[in-house]
Amino acid sequence: MKAAGAIVVLLFGSLLIYCTLDFPSWGDPTSPASTHVSPYYIENTLKDTSVPNIVTAVLADYRGYDTMFETIVIFSAGIACLFLLRRFKHVEPDTRLYRHVPTGITFRIEKGGRYPRESDLFERIDLQWVPHDLIIKTTCRMIIPFIQIFALYVIAHGHHSPGGGFQGGVILGASVILFAVSHNLRSSTNRISERNTVLLCTLGVFLYVATGGLSLLLGSNFLDYSALSQIFGVDPVTARSHGILLVEIGVGMAVMAVMISLYYNLASAGKQDEGL
Amino acid sequence: MLWLIQLIILIIVVITALAAITVRDLLGAAILFGAYSFMMCLLWAIMGAVDVAFTEASVGAGISTVLFVSAVFRTSRRTKD
Repeated sequence: MKAAGAIVVLLFGSLLIYCTLDFPSWGDPTSPASTHVSPYYIENTLKDTSVPNIVTAVLADYRGYDTMFETIVIFSAGIACLFLLRRFKHVEPDTRLYRHVPTGITFRIEKGGRYPRESDLFERIDLQWVPHDLIIKTTCRMIIPFIQIFALYVIAHGHHSPGGGFQGGVILGASVILFAVSHNLRSSTNRISERNTVLLCTLGVFLYVATGGLSLLLGSNFLDYSALSQIFGVDPVTARSHGILLVEIGVGMAVMAVMISLYYNLASAGKQDEGL
Repeated sequence: MLWLIQLIILIIVVITALAAITVRDLLGAAILFGAYSFMMCLLWAIMGAVDVAFTEASVGAGISTVLFVSAVFRTSRRTKD
């Protein structure tokens, strides 16, 4: 079976490599892609949308309908993972561990016992013990605000430099995941709960669709942001770049929420109680 | 000179890809996959597709490695095959 698989892989691999010989050479100005489509964007993007980064303009404005469904794909993938991984029946763990903070003694409380209230005195710890490390916690606490500011910069500055909603959203989600990894899952779900992640992810997709619908209501085509100039009070060209920013914020929210909810469910095996 | 750097990175990409599917330790495979993503990101940055490189660095080398590690944490570290 393995030999047959190897033969198939080798056959198709050599076929694919053979097909690459037909590609136009890298950066060839006479290739079909560089003669029809690209010159239009290179010449007109700044005139049409006042966005210097052509990739962002193509992604969120010229091909905005495509990107909307990309966002919806991410949204539905996140919801599908939630339904696959989440255990909706509430399962109480058999035992819980608590640490008495002043003395450092760990209590093990079996099912049916009385749990102490979470306070400065008692701190709940996970059954799968992860070492308590002050250096890691403090370093992550100091780094996370800068990561988040960088993520917001990536979203907002996507017009001028590489970046945009997807990358910024992933970095924003990574900062929350870093917090969950360095502390524990419960301290992270106390800040952004599972309910809020699903809400944010829906809201992000809604913001994208609503921007398109708003331009439809203002008498233009779906996702033609130049109609938003009536709301923003700027000329239609600048309105298109503002519209791109709105859409990028929506994408960033959706991607961030999906990443966080994926991590919560994977790390806690769907119980959202104890995790990595 | 640039083609030499590209060739070296391409060789590392192939090596990490082969290592990621052959290694028995799943945690090691996750880390190797992260290294693979990072090398792909470097290749894209060299070829001028900076937006794609950025996405690969954040999604491939960042988030997906964390998701793999947390999945390994919840299942087993050794493969059966």
